[in-house]
Amino acid sequence: MSMTITEKILAVHAGRDHVLPGDLIEAKVDMALANDVTAPLAIKVFREIGVERVFDTDKITLVADHFVPNKDIASAEQVKIVREFAGQQGLKNYFEGGQSGIEHVILPEKGLVLPGQLIVGADSHTCTYGALGAFSTGVGSTDLGAVMATGEIWLKVPPTILLRYEGSLQPHVGGKDLILHTIGLLGVEGALYCAMEFAGGVISRLPMHQRFTMSNMAIEAGGKNGIMEPDETTLAYVAERTSLKPDIFRSDPDAQYEKVIDINVDGIKPQVALPHLPSNVRPVSEAGDIPIDQVVIGSCTNGWLEDLRDAASILKGRKISPGLRLIIMPGSPLIYKLAMQEGILETFLDAGAVIGPPSCGPCLGGHMGVLASGERAVSTTNRNFVGRMGHPESEVYLANPFVAAASAVLGKVGGPDEL
Amino acid sequence: MIQGKIWKFGDDIDTDVIIPARYLNVSAEAELAKNCFADIRPDFAGGVSVGDILIAGKNFGCGSSREHAPIAIKAAGIRVIVAESFARIFYRNAFNIGLPLLESMEASRGLSDADGEDAAVDLAAGRIEGRGQVFSARPIPDFMAKLIDAGGLVDYIRKEKIGK
Repeated sequence: MSMTITEKILAVHAGRDHVLPGDLIEAKVDMALANDVTAPLAIKVFREIGVERVFDTDKITLVADHFVPNKDIASAEQVKIVREFAGQQGLKNYFEGGQSGIEHVILPEKGLVLPGQLIVGADSHTCTYGALGAFSTGVGSTDLGAVMATGEIWLKVPPTILLRYEGSLQPHVGGKDLILHTIGLLGVEGALYCAMEFAGGVISRLPMHQRFTMSNMAIEAGGKNGIMEPDETTLAYVAERTSLKPDIFRSDPDAQYEKVIDINVDGIKPQVALPHLPSNVRPVSEAGDIPIDQVVIGSCTNGWLEDLRDAASILKGRKISPGLRLIIMPGSPLIYKLAMQEGILETFLDAGAVIGPPSCGPCLGGHMGVLASGERAVSTTNRNFVGRMGHPESEVYLANPFVAAASAVLGKVGGPDEL
Repeated sequence: MIQGKIWKFGDDIDTDVIIPARYLNVSAEAELAKNCFADIRPDFAGGVSVGDILIAGKNFGCGSSREHAPIAIKAAGIRVIVAESFARIFYRNAFNIGLPLLESMEASRGLSDADGEDAAVDLAAGRIEGRGQVFSARPIPDFMAKLIDAGGLVDYIRKEKIGK
């Protein structure tokens, strides 16, 4: 019986020969993830369930990344709960401080997530690892607490929407623009309860970091997961980071899809999502004259080394607009170090940027870059909801690192062509 | 039967506006309830009573997976949410903590301007009454009904998994 890659991974983890969309399954989890915001609740749930030990000390990763370095006493107390739990349980993967970084950057970077795995995380952007050919989805803290206790989760097998990208990418257009364009096409609930499967010649030519960017934002279209078939690029990425063997799954040629959408990328220009939904997308060139106060480059969406290189290629030899704040947040300490060695950080500093530590920070209005009323930011992050980056009367414009860097120089929403 | 006042919200209500991130440095239910809808509906936390009913449009609870969102709504007093559709992580989270959700396009649209009016919801029957009209909802899936009967996922697992 033919299946999609999502169905195959779910079937294997449920111990079944095949599954169909709509089936309710109990599946074994290869990796369970939580952060400093969601783990304390999950730990409370774990204790309420009443088992002594977690199901597997190697298969749980806890990352302090949202309000770190701890922004106040309350958040320090939350991290303390997580740290102490990790110590008591002997968890192999607890990350904080210089070992840490943004969860969805460091799990792939440390080789903790692999093709073919079933991964759940108490963070909606856990869908990021779909780029590796894994089934990976976000859940809440109660689900995660239950997984820590039992190693299993109930899931409904989603129908799959196949998105095929063909054509040639224009300059300064990449994974971020493809996914913003796609969310604009589908709407923020266009893939509700569905698996999104990204395929086509364009995807096979995309570098790994841009694949992560696309899978990362599947949730912004309502998707349950955003998956890509593993290929040579995936396997080379994984082999550099772990000696563990990946499980390769691919969709059958006659697999059944809820919908197949063909997207020709030839005409896609650098995109921007205007407030207050990620689906409110148009080409940057049609954004109009929108002055801005801040630019943020980083996050689990675009905090990769290559993203910083892209931004630096625009900022090299230029200064940011007077009065504007440019905040750079590398995704991990390793990326920070490599960016330093390549001279990228110097380029940012010379342009007038502030370089923050690897953290979710301003993306969710946490800290280190919160907006005041009436302020506007261009950001490489993933959400532009009301109040997402601070005051409910502030605004966030989502874009790729080239556009964010160009906007910082221009002092308004704009692309590299305008420089 | 759940009887209470209607709190009406629109489409695409995300978890950031249900409970803004700046309030996520605590996980105490009462604290979360105090700041529920702080930015878009400041009268909610002070005005909501136990048993009240939240009615919304499409894609309620989209965005961040923060379970603090359904916890805040439930702790504030809401006993059922009726919407045209729900974002999937929110849907799981709500049932997992024992907060029932009903999907009903007709109730969502029929009561779109009934904010503050009285309504009644019969969960088992999937029936919503308001403005002298009766609206029907999609039946709650069996597994979700089991979770609600058990009082949420924790008690369900204690009963079905650990107990056995």
